[in-house]
Amino acid sequence: MLPFDFFRYTLKSVTAQRLRSLLTATGIAIGIGAVVLLTSLGEGLQQFVLAEFTQFGTNLISVNPGKVTTHGISGALISNVRPLTIEDARILKNIPQIIDTVSVVQGNAAIESGGRQRRTTIYGVDASAARVWRFEVAAGRFLPDDPPRAARSFVVLGSKVRRELFGSSQALGARVRIGGELFRVLGTMESKGQMLGFDLDDSVYIPTGKAMALFNRDSLMEINLLHSAGSSSTTVAEQVKKVLVARHGSEDFSITTQEKMLEVLGGVLDTLTFAVGAIGGISLLVGGVGILTIMSIAVNERTGEIGLLRAMGVERNQILALFLGEAVVLAAIGGLAGLGLGVGGSWLCSLLIPALPAHTSWSYAAAAELLAVVVGLLAGVLPARRAAALHPVEALRAE
Amino acid sequence: MIQLRHIERVFMVGEEEVHALRDVSITAEAGEYIAIMGPSGSGKSSLLNILGLLDRPDSGAYELDGTLVSNLDEKQQAAIRMHKIGFVFQFFHLVPRLSAFDNVALPLVLSGVKPDERQTRVSTALAAFGLGNRARHRPDQLSGGQRQRVAIARATIMQPSVILADEPTGNLDRSSGIEVAEILEELNHQGMTLIMVTHDPDMGKRSRRQILMVDGRVEGGKGEDRSP
Ligand SMILES: Nc1ncnc2c1ncn2[C@@H]1O[C@H](COP(=O)(O)OP(=O)(O)OP(=O)(O)O)[C@@H](O)[C@H]1O
Ligand SMILES: [Mg+2]
Repeated sequence: MLPFDFFRYTLKSVTAQRLRSLLTATGIAIGIGAVVLLTSLGEGLQQFVLAEFTQFGTNLISVNPGKVTTHGISGALISNVRPLTIEDARILKNIPQIIDTVSVVQGNAAIESGGRQRRTTIYGVDASAARVWRFEVAAGRFLPDDPPRAARSFVVLGSKVRRELFGSSQALGARVRIGGELFRVLGTMESKGQMLGFDLDDSVYIPTGKAMALFNRDSLMEINLLHSAGSSSTTVAEQVKKVLVARHGSEDFSITTQEKMLEVLGGVLDTLTFAVGAIGGISLLVGGVGILTIMSIAVNERTGEIGLLRAMGVERNQILALFLGEAVVLAAIGGLAGLGLGVGGSWLCSLLIPALPAHTSWSYAAAAELLAVVVGLLAGVLPARRAAALHPVEALRAE
Repeated sequence: MIQLRHIERVFMVGEEEVHALRDVSITAEAGEYIAIMGPSGSGKSSLLNILGLLDRPDSGAYELDGTLVSNLDEKQQAAIRMHKIGFVFQFFHLVPRLSAFDNVALPLVLSGVKPDERQTRVSTALAAFGLGNRARHRPDQLSGGQRQRVAIARATIMQPSVILADEPTGNLDRSSGIEVAEILEELNHQGMTLIMVTHDPDMGKRSRRQILMVDGRVEGGKGEDRSP
């Protein structure tokens, strides 16, 4: 039998039962699709998440009020929790390895200018924030280093807020109203894009003291610490803890180092990868069982044909090859569909999240298709062996 | 030439031995036309299966065109089935998903004949069997008589020396049965040995020689020519 004829014969057997073959191939398609998606996004996803979380710098530690027990952040509302204060931040700055601190208060408020109004996120921060978070000022400058209690009413606008309020007209020096108080625009920021769905450009920055007054609170929501590149975040965190426990009397705050955060995120990513991998694996298994089932049915249905082929001089191992070939063709079709799914899926992902690099390498695609073929071979062995073992006379009698 | 000598075939059904063939010896010259007749269960199909190398006798010798084929291994027997023997079955045994053309071409495909040679040989055969305009039809689009003609075209496309037909007209009405018999007889005229199992006495009478099987034995001697 010529190789081309062999291929044509098996393909024809598969296409003769179009719907059945399609359904059988679906399991393999989903499995291979998941595998391809994983390999296409896997590398890029790690890099993407790392880039997302280090865009504010790498040596950051954040301190929040309240003890974090799980991964959720409990509010600062628990009664026996002493609030974090600007004074805490000032004292933490005395730790030698700590270069800078940012006292953060955050909330939502309307910002208004020349009849235009917009609800936006207000960040109360120190002058150090631009440095610590690596924000680039587009025009003007960032907040001045005023004493916390006597900060002047300056505001720095995120790029989106500037665009919405001022359009193409000059924003620097203009007066805007936030919660009833007038602020002078001192600077505007470069576009920073989104981080995990938060629009960083749709926010404005005012001095911490002003924000505390605005939101009517006398404590901070967070203190960000920048430590020197040479120091270990764990050691610094230990020192921060010692200082604060001494001041507060107990550990009524929680410290998150960036390392820890990345670790947690890495764990989440690993879980995600594992889940998609498991779905892929299970689909391949189910697909394989599907092929085994459908090939067993095919052998039963086509017993007469097997007898005929034997009568025409086809040997046992050729019967074996024919049915193995059919299983492989089924799996290969599923595999190709899976490649399409995987490549399409990763393309869609990179369309939705432009920063997420998706790349399917040919070698991975070929390996995935090979995997499908191997699943087909394994699934086909049993039915094909049964077909080959049939006695021609018995086979011909079945009709 | 076909020579069977003292062929025995015994099936075990549970504890019981069923003698399908008992000491069967038959000689058939090349180009002969033989009808095998006899009651149901007398061993006609068993005999044909041995002749077609689909089954092995428990004892005895089978010589085909000078070769002791009963001693050959699986592979060699398969090659002989492919090149020397054509089977025609009562239930046609066409591959349902293949067109008449592809069904007839199947033996050529299996033996590795190139497509362009297949094209001419199959077209010629289909035309010769009056199926020229049915080449693209699938078996379910053909009448019983047409199906059997496709099956005969397939059985003879490799130019075998022997045609073995097990009740080839058993599933057809009278007129298409006669048509099929005439086609087989024409092939016999061209030199192929024709051995046909039939229940139908009228069909049997058409042959030059009948072999009557009863209870696994060839009735009336050892299968010598009994025709007048
Ligand atoms: N595979 C088998 N296992 C057991 N017994 C068998 C087998 N094949 C045939 N036999 C028995 O051998 C005997 C001969 O069977 P065979 O099929 O050759 O008869 P036949 O003459 O072709 O009958 P029919 O005219 O009904 O087709 C029968 O008794 C049958 O039951
Ligand atoms: Mg029979």
